[in-house]
Amino acid sequence: MTGIGVIAAATLRECTRRRVFGVIVVLTGLFLALYTLGTLTAFHHLGKPAPGDDVDVTVLAGATLLGLAMFATLFLSTVVAVFLTFNVLRGDAEQGLLQPMVVRPPGRVVFLAGRFGAAAVVSAGYAATVYAAAVVITGLAGGWWPDEAVLPGVELAAGAAVVTAISLAGSVHLSTIANGIAVLMLFGAGLVGGLLGQIGDAIHSDTLSSIGTITSWALPFDALYQAGLHALTSDTSGITGVIVHLGPLGGAQPAGPLLAPWVLGYVLVVVALAGAAFVRRDL
Amino acid sequence: MPDAFAASGLEKRYGRVEALAGVSLQVGEGELVGLLGPNGAGKSTLVKIGCGLVRPSGGRAEVFGRPAGSREARRALGYLAELFRFPGWLRADELLRLHQGLAGSTGGAAERDELLELVGLADVGRRKVDQMSKGMQQRLGIAQAMIGTPRLLVLDEPTSALDPAGRRTVRTLLEELRGRGISVLLNSHLLSEVELVCDRVVIITRGRVVAHGRPDELTQARGVSVETDEGERRFDLGRDEVPELVARLVAEGRRIYGVQVIRSTLEEAYLEAVEGESR
Ligand SMILES: Nc1ncnc2c1ncn2[C@@H]1O[C@H](COP(=O)(O)OP(=O)(O)OP(=O)(O)O)[C@@H](O)[C@H]1O
Ligand SMILES: [Mg+2]
Repeated sequence: MTGIGVIAAATLRECTRRRVFGVIVVLTGLFLALYTLGTLTAFHHLGKPAPGDDVDVTVLAGATLLGLAMFATLFLSTVVAVFLTFNVLRGDAEQGLLQPMVVRPPGRVVFLAGRFGAAAVVSAGYAATVYAAAVVITGLAGGWWPDEAVLPGVELAAGAAVVTAISLAGSVHLSTIANGIAVLMLFGAGLVGGLLGQIGDAIHSDTLSSIGTITSWALPFDALYQAGLHALTSDTSGITGVIVHLGPLGGAQPAGPLLAPWVLGYVLVVVALAGAAFVRRDL
Repeated sequence: MPDAFAASGLEKRYGRVEALAGVSLQVGEGELVGLLGPNGAGKSTLVKIGCGLVRPSGGRAEVFGRPAGSREARRALGYLAELFRFPGWLRADELLRLHQGLAGSTGGAAERDELLELVGLADVGRRKVDQMSKGMQQRLGIAQAMIGTPRLLVLDEPTSALDPAGRRTVRTLLEELRGRGISVLLNSHLLSEVELVCDRVVIITRGRVVAHGRPDELTQARGVSVETDEGERRFDLGRDEVPELVARLVAEGRRIYGVQVIRSTLEEAYLEAVEGESR
């Protein structure tokens, strides 16, 4: 559909013109430089693993550092996703930016799809790129490569797309600032929910566990992040495996077979609901 | 042939505010209709319904026989909103190109240049929107509305920020559009402008049509003024009675230097319609 392409291209061009990409590249470069420094220092202090040790410190350090980088990646791509979408509908409508576009033949649904597509591609692509850079840095600086290198990147990218969809849906009814705050708070709530679930599993509290389960389904970016963490060390067993699966920020949970279809359906439904609400709004 | 725009019994409530209380009006093919009314009368609400931006609470609106807001209806119209903004980072001709893409226009650079020329922005086609003055942006908005040669132009106060020359340009433009058979629905507070260019005028107040007709129907004759050798005299007669009046005065031996039928201005007609309603 050409309308979607026109809208998406305009969105991407706006990002370039407004130096969005410039800022992202520079600051992400800074983040990665910091991460490189941290990784080099950590592995330097570690020294060589002794053959008889129960815990493989290289794996422990590598998985922890990369897990940390994944958390940062998810957070940064959430910020990117939110800022690309939080004003798209109501905010732009209040400014009078939207009306000239949506009265054109492609109409509101195509407009929304184009904006979502562009924002999702940028934020997901960003997540995947930063993750890939972190994997390479960890590998080169410390000699540790994740057991499963590609899957966590895909899962982080999907997490960014989920956040993009939520933010876009929020922008139908919420004005710019309210929506930005709401989505970032939901992001925090998702992570806290996941953490509570981990604690619940550890202390055998059914209540906490079900809070964790419910939030992972309701805000699946956290489930995706955990699944990514788990995949990093999916082949690691023994005490090392137990420790690394606890993860640096919230534990790692394997992705169930339902996660992928759930996430796909979730994004489609959230965007469709946003579209249905948007079509009915007075502008 | 269906009307370019037809509203029947159109109602719109925003919560407890009744913006439109049953408005019916038509814009025929090739007709230029002016919509007048005080602030808050419902003019913008009406045209937004026509463009599919606002959903009516009752009644029907159609564009060339298609429901307002449908894809076919949107394809037929060009719209300039009352309160619009264009992305500040776009250059004037890039904005037009974006709308060409959305409207599916194949006019290319020739169409863009022609439209920029038409609205007097040929020199600043490369300037960014956020570096343009308000009136320049409004001119650009008019050019934008004309992308893809729409059959119905909906202009919501298109000249509010324009300088006198710009208003003149728009007037000429509207006349030219009529010549090409394009229908126009024009919201305006500039009565003189409406009087000069519109085929028909519709006056609405508080969401209701209170007067409509050709400008010369609304501005009724208010007597005849005759300049004679005894000075100026007023007669409370209509235009049709002027020949007899002149014959009688001449027969009475008066010398006549000038005869003028006095019409109320559109402003007077407007105020009468609007105030009659609010009393
Ligand atoms: N989005 C909205 N929510 C609530 N009320 C609205 C909304 N838009 C318009 N109104 C109300 O509807 C009525 C008609 O507004 P509208 O903008 O159509 O008037 P108008 O005739 O265009 O006035 P103006 O000459 O000032 O442009 C007003 O009372 C206005 O307050
Ligand atoms: Mg108005």
